[in-house]
Amino acid sequence: MNAEVRSVKTHAEQALSEAYQASKAKLPGDRKVVALREAAAARFEAIGLPNRRVEEWKYTDLRALIGEAKPLAGTPDAASIARAMTAGHLIGDMDARRVVFVDGIFVPELSDLTGLSPGLTIRSMAEALAAGDPLIADRLGKVVPSDSEGVFALNTALMRDGALIHVAKGATLERPIHLVFAATSDKPASVFTRSLVVIEQGARAMLVESHDASAAHQVNSALELVVGDKAHVDHIKITSGPANLVHVSSLMVAVGANARFNDFAFNIGGGVVRNQTFIRFDGEGTLAGLRGASLLKGKQHVDSTLVVDHKAGGCQSREVFATVLDDESRGVFQGKIVVRPHAQQTDARMMTRALLLSDEAEADNKPELEIFADDVQCGHGATSGALDQDLKFYLMARGIPEVEAEALLVQAFVGEAIEGIEHAGLRDALMERVVGWLRARGS
Amino acid sequence: MPMLEVKNLHVTVDGKQILKGLDLTVNKGEVHAIMGPNGSGKSTLAYVMAGKPGYEATEGQVLLDGEDILAMQSDERAAKGLFLAFQYPLEIPGVATMTFLRTALNAQRKKRGQAELSTPEFLKLVREAAGKLEIDTEMLRRGVNVGFSGGEKKRNEILQMALLQPRLCVLDETDSGLDIDALKIVSDGVNRLRSPDRAMVVITHYQRLLDHIVPDVVHVLSHGRIVKTGGKELAHELEAKGYAQYQEEGVLAS
Repeated sequence: MNAEVRSVKTHAEQALSEAYQASKAKLPGDRKVVALREAAAARFEAIGLPNRRVEEWKYTDLRALIGEAKPLAGTPDAASIARAMTAGHLIGDMDARRVVFVDGIFVPELSDLTGLSPGLTIRSMAEALAAGDPLIADRLGKVVPSDSEGVFALNTALMRDGALIHVAKGATLERPIHLVFAATSDKPASVFTRSLVVIEQGARAMLVESHDASAAHQVNSALELVVGDKAHVDHIKITSGPANLVHVSSLMVAVGANARFNDFAFNIGGGVVRNQTFIRFDGEGTLAGLRGASLLKGKQHVDSTLVVDHKAGGCQSREVFATVLDDESRGVFQGKIVVRPHAQQTDARMMTRALLLSDEAEADNKPELEIFADDVQCGHGATSGALDQDLKFYLMARGIPEVEAEALLVQAFVGEAIEGIEHAGLRDALMERVVGWLRARGS
Repeated sequence: MPMLEVKNLHVTVDGKQILKGLDLTVNKGEVHAIMGPNGSGKSTLAYVMAGKPGYEATEGQVLLDGEDILAMQSDERAAKGLFLAFQYPLEIPGVATMTFLRTALNAQRKKRGQAELSTPEFLKLVREAAGKLEIDTEMLRRGVNVGFSGGEKKRNEILQMALLQPRLCVLDETDSGLDIDALKIVSDGVNRLRSPDRAMVVITHYQRLLDHIVPDVVHVLSHGRIVKTGGKELAHELEAKGYAQYQEEGVLAS
């Protein structure tokens, strides 16, 4: 009998390690970046893909879910680029500066980098890595360090392109920036994108990320975001794609003092989706809202995991997440709030709600509070349940047909979270997507 | 043909028999009051007519214009002209009253083969109807009944009734929770809707509502059956003597 003492690497893990070894010479970056990649690859080698033995991933066993790793995406061909022209349509007709990435590679001809307002710098991550941009050395991988995160380590090892954005002190961006990530190759591929956004003191910016995919891609996307003192930043991430898409994203945010940060995640597609957010408050007096709405059907699995770190006191954080689950879908919410010693006067609240439209759907909810200060207000609440039959009867008794009555109630349910988006046009566009989703369900 | 004919209606709720052979005939233009002690089956009658899930008719018929509505969905019944003013109107956070009213009105119009109302047409109708009921239109932008007082909720029910223009109105304990002023506003609203083409069934425990909405016919419901029918003076008699005698009759009869 030969008992196993250490876990054997899966095919996917082996394939990913080999992909790194085979491609590292071609990946962009100077000597410092190479060292960063090497260290990250070694970490991935040691921890591997997240699995159910890792507490943070217990509901989303990526190792089991991923099966085979897809080959690294190649440079997009003309057909992929053509398909990407309409990507990002979920934001409606909101006027935004489009910065487009196809199969993880920046595509200048689809992007609008003309007439950048004063204080705004946008460049491709690949170019910045190769050129040794000072922001890379200062910030990349350092915004919210996360050594234990296998997928983030993998992203650092294999990052190929993305956006590097800098908004100078006091600058106000009138037009939102829309990062359009379109995985449109017809051959399923692994796509690694990495972006770094630094918003300096007192600046105002709105950033929308939309992720579309056309095939059974495996997307690993990471964004590091620095919100300076007194800055006001909105970040919205919209994820859609086919039922065989695996999408894993990491958002690392460090927020300064007296700032405002609003985050919203909208999930309306994909097979396995994991959005993990790590946010840290470095200065006092900041208000942050982290919200999300997910609409799940079929066998979709969507995992929203948050770690909210109140390192400085006097900050307010609000989390509101609404998930609608139909068919055999599964929704996971894990929210951890950490209040460090001395982070007094922290006011942190978390609310998650799941609406189950089918008996086969499953919602898992794991709130965690780690409070090391004594003068704080922290709370969390969670609900899950079916549509209220009495409310449905009330609507139907007024002549509203069953399908429409259910749709109204579902819209009301997700509306509470969507209301948190400040941009009215985007709010309306997402509400329209909700209506479309409901219409498809009713037909 | 009577507008409403309830024949030998038996209804169970959670396996318990509540209505035990109820008969009721209402002609158009008439207002009928149904009075009875608590637990006699008044609200059950209202709910089963509107089609609330869990209220199961095991025997009998409910004919609206000669057509049995018991197999219909609640929305079909509403489109046929049935309206139930709820005893406890529900709160629907996130659905603005305006949206609710408009969706309901247009759904009914669509089912009847009528064109949907344009936004200006709809707004004009709502403003007029709300004005008469002293409802601030600003309140209609909020979630249905959210943050409304008991009286405001009841007024909102009558507003819906005024907009939807049903042919048969069933009012379930519309006076409960109303102070004198609100009772007057609500009753006036109901009285404005009285017409030769419309019938009303007013369910109430107390006679006081019937001072404002004067019925043509009064029925006493006890133990799941109509045990006495008379004119409006029957309501005064009940107020003076109480329901005790009918409760006993009901027991003997069942």
